[in-house]
Amino acid sequence: MSATEKDIKVHLHTQSAGVIWDKVFKGTAFAFAAMVLIVMLAIMVMLFKEAWPTFAHFGFSFLYTSEWDVVNDKFGALVPIVGTLVTSLIAVLIGVPVSFGIAIFISLMAPSWLKRPVGIAIELLAAVPSIIYGMWGLFYFAPWFANTIQPFMTDNLGGVPFIGQFFQGPPIGVSIFTAGFVLAIMIIPFIASIMRDMFDVVPTALKESAYAMGSTTWEVVWKVILPYTKAGVIGGIMLGLGRAMGETMAVAFVVGNSLELNTGLFYPGATIASTMANEFNEASGLHMSSLIALGFMLFVITFLVLSLAKWFLLRLEKSQQGDET
Amino acid sequence: MISKFTKRKLINYFNLSASIVVTAFGLVMLAWILTVLFGKGFQHINWAVFTQMTPPPGASGGLINAIVGTLLITFFAVLIGTPIGLMAGTYLAEFGGKGRFSSTVRFINDVLLSAPSIVVGVFVYAILVKPQGHFSGWAGAVALSILVIPVVLRTTEDMLRLVPVQMREAAAALGAPRYKVTIDIVYKAALSGMITGLLLATARIMGETAPLLFTGLNNQFWSLDMNQPMANMPVVIYQYALSPYEDWQDLAWAAALLITISVLVMNIIARYSLKQPSSQ
Repeated sequence: MSATEKDIKVHLHTQSAGVIWDKVFKGTAFAFAAMVLIVMLAIMVMLFKEAWPTFAHFGFSFLYTSEWDVVNDKFGALVPIVGTLVTSLIAVLIGVPVSFGIAIFISLMAPSWLKRPVGIAIELLAAVPSIIYGMWGLFYFAPWFANTIQPFMTDNLGGVPFIGQFFQGPPIGVSIFTAGFVLAIMIIPFIASIMRDMFDVVPTALKESAYAMGSTTWEVVWKVILPYTKAGVIGGIMLGLGRAMGETMAVAFVVGNSLELNTGLFYPGATIASTMANEFNEASGLHMSSLIALGFMLFVITFLVLSLAKWFLLRLEKSQQGDET
Repeated sequence: MISKFTKRKLINYFNLSASIVVTAFGLVMLAWILTVLFGKGFQHINWAVFTQMTPPPGASGGLINAIVGTLLITFFAVLIGTPIGLMAGTYLAEFGGKGRFSSTVRFINDVLLSAPSIVVGVFVYAILVKPQGHFSGWAGAVALSILVIPVVLRTTEDMLRLVPVQMREAAAALGAPRYKVTIDIVYKAALSGMITGLLLATARIMGETAPLLFTGLNNQFWSLDMNQPMANMPVVIYQYALSPYEDWQDLAWAAALLITISVLVMNIIARYSLKQPSSQ
């Protein structure tokens, strides 16, 4: 065997080793990527399996009955479902205008030296752990709210026909409304930073043509920026909604954990997540299965909301790519 | 009668002032929370917090077992979650492209990123705690690792995508196989960004309480055994803050301050380390 032939063989050998390692590397990477899908699927399947006794026992009545009686093994999910929807609705109603204002301030109004510090400060709100919001909410915000804002709202809005009934409740501070308010503060950084990112990528030419036609800053926001970023803004709001629905610890501290149905927003209530956090460790049998059934429904609802959010965000991304080309 | 022009100007001023007011509102809320936390927390941080065990009701004590427990659970959660997120992110950035599989993984990952953490806790309860019959540090670490994966995956993919294609082509032109291109060239170029992802993921799980309630639970005693229930800061905060005992509540504030400082510091470091490579 000549030297060159040997060289070629060695060369071929190392090359094929490279090919094999390439396959191994790519295969491993693929397997781990697939694992993300498997984890998601496994969560769905396991929760459904553990929740099955409840679904089999109560059928659809689990969704619309409000009785939650641990002693007699009677479970209906209406109160926590309504609580979850109402608290996250309050969170979105308060959180969206505030986030919108913050995004306008950072993106259009603040001098450049102020943009970064304010932006970071708002984003730090997202970094504070959920349980800290709970402690602050329970020991500081709730008492303050019960002594100042709540009586004011009850006095001024409580007598109004129809909507008056929503502003009733005992002055104890822990309530559906308090939970919604704390959730609002928790989702503000998420919505605000998405809106700000959206506003920043609106083409300068568009904004400047509107200014050149004599628009005020607000008209530029309302008639140029907002229509241009509509899909993304809706996506950001849905993302905030999804977050608010699944939030556990903060809500468990301030919602009051009462499984009774009240129209007044100042009454204590419960959400799906807070009920689970409260009762899980003392539960067994059908009670446990019902709690997991709650978890399964929460997962399905948030999955839908978050998917919708993602879909809106992707749509904006696509339309922007279309503009550039 | 005001002219249309004045009306437009007034609306403009009113709405822009409202923007300033709500921004101030957001900052005031952050300031309020941090003032309360630092005010209450610092009073109760002392030497005992770092040297003594969590006390029985009504007695004084410290947090050392919870601090160590949190460090251990977080460490193992990151150790389990990072390779998965890293390799999955590598696949999406380097091999997956825009195919249907990659799009699905990306989509599901983004949903997982915001999915309720309490549900993850229930899932791990069902697959680990229930069959084993007891809570354990491992179950806690696995639950948190599921929260680590989406964060690491997302940042890894984003960071790898920032590496110019020319670098990959240059390495490939020199005869380097694909895996070497990725490991020796792309990873090296994206290293600081990937470490940022790791820091963000650690910060994200350190304060997580809900998944640990059903998995790691709590332990009043010193234990380094990951097979046993393990003390950890978030669950200690939850139990002590809601207890009627003053000593417990004080400890909860001290623990809350320690956790929040760690999380905020990691976030700030992550942000600054991310700023540097882009400015180079």
